Amino acid sequence: MSKERVVLRVENLKKAFGDKEVLKGVSFDMKEGETKVIIGPSGTGKSTLLSCINMLVTPDSGQIWLEEEEVTSAKNINKIRQEIGFVFQDFGLFNHLTALKNVMVGLTKVKKIEKDFAKEIAMKELTRVGLEREANMYPAQLSGGQKQRVGIARALAMSPKIILFDEPTSALDPELIGEVLSVMKNLAESGMTMLVVTHEMGFARTVSDEIIFMEHGHIVEQSSPEEMFKNPKNPRTKEFLFKLSELYGSE
Amino acid sequence: MNEVDRIWKIVVNYWPKFLEGLGVTLEMTLIAVVIGFIIGVILAIARVYGNKLFHGVATAIIEIIRGTPLLVQLFILYYGLPPLGMNLSPFAAAIIGFAINSGCYQAEYLRGSIQSISGNQMKAARSLGMTKWQAILQIIMPQAFRRVIPAWTNEFIYLLKYTSLAYIVGAPELMAQAKFIASRNFQFFEVYLVVAVIYLVVVLFFTKIFSILEKKVEIPGLEWVR
Repeated sequence: MSKERVVLRVENLKKAFGDKEVLKGVSFDMKEGETKVIIGPSGTGKSTLLSCINMLVTPDSGQIWLEEEEVTSAKNINKIRQEIGFVFQDFGLFNHLTALKNVMVGLTKVKKIEKDFAKEIAMKELTRVGLEREANMYPAQLSGGQKQRVGIARALAMSPKIILFDEPTSALDPELIGEVLSVMKNLAESGMTMLVVTHEMGFARTVSDEIIFMEHGHIVEQSSPEEMFKNPKNPRTKEFLFKLSELYGSE
Repeated sequence: MNEVDRIWKIVVNYWPKFLEGLGVTLEMTLIAVVIGFIIGVILAIARVYGNKLFHGVATAIIEIIRGTPLLVQLFILYYGLPPLGMNLSPFAAAIIGFAINSGCYQAEYLRGSIQSISGNQMKAARSLGMTKWQAILQIIMPQAFRRVIPAWTNEFIYLLKYTSLAYIVGAPELMAQAKFIASRNFQFFEVYLVVAVIYLVVVLFFTKIFSILEKKVEIPGLEWVR
């Protein structure tokens, strides 16, 4: 797989809510097949950044490019959103639809794919996340980990160019985090381009190609996991990682 | 002749009249509730998702209708419009009045129901590339309709009973028939008691129907919400 083609480019992205500047000029890019993890203290604009990328939140200025297409000036944003998967912290599953229908609905209603074929694709993705037997269950009948895996299958079914994960394990009980992370790990290994906001340092260290440390609306530091954990350049990064290792223990 | 016998005699003598009145009552209720439902859906969506103009217009209509007595609305339709060249039959005037009135109440119940649905549903729908309308129709409304059933049952019952006001403009519904019967035999207590029981039975019947519907469309795993 070519690691050279740029899938996503973010340039000098800014966003303020009222007086509060949440993003103060964020730039980075993602090459095909890369997994990048964004870490940083709460309230530093990580989730806002993700929501800006598929324009669920409209940025104030800056540009976002998905391959050759400029997202920020797109006439048909709905078309672009089909190509950007989004996995939510609170899952965002449609409560009135079964797991299968949750995965199918984007295919049948948005992509206008014929029902039988959509079902085939959906079943394939549910199988990929290990939920083929839960296909006909409703979200409220699933565990948190299962819900999030349905969320991932739903994103995958649209065959996106990139998937954005907004703290995908933060709402889960500790014993359920593993099943979601392992699905994500397999996904990363299969060559999916993934941008992940998470506090899971184990995942960041072992799966990501690069870690982005964000604070107060800026990217403070970005480097490979080895570099970031062994030899952080910025004192703030050091402090943040130290706090985390104090909290969770460093292994 | 004791009281029970008197009531029984009224039922035996006048059941075709009661039935005729009940037929009109049901017809008015069902037509008005269906038209009202369409009005309600449009007004609720306009209020929640509309731009300033649609939101404003919908809000104004709802406030005006809710803020004025139903009887006044019926009088305006029935007595107020003919001088303007619009002659409505009592039946038509009543149905239009009830449909608009009920539509505004249904809109408010539905609005509450829509707004009770978590924002993440809309966000998730849009993230898949759905348009706002697709998200509303495919994701939000199917859930909102389920949640509104208990409140909506209430509105249906109100409407069914409020159709009794139509006798004042001369629609031949159940209450009008009762007045007619009572004016002949002067057995007001007995006649209205029969009418009350008829309303009660019909209301209980529909309450049961809607509670069956509510269970039928319930989302598995969310039963506790009820």
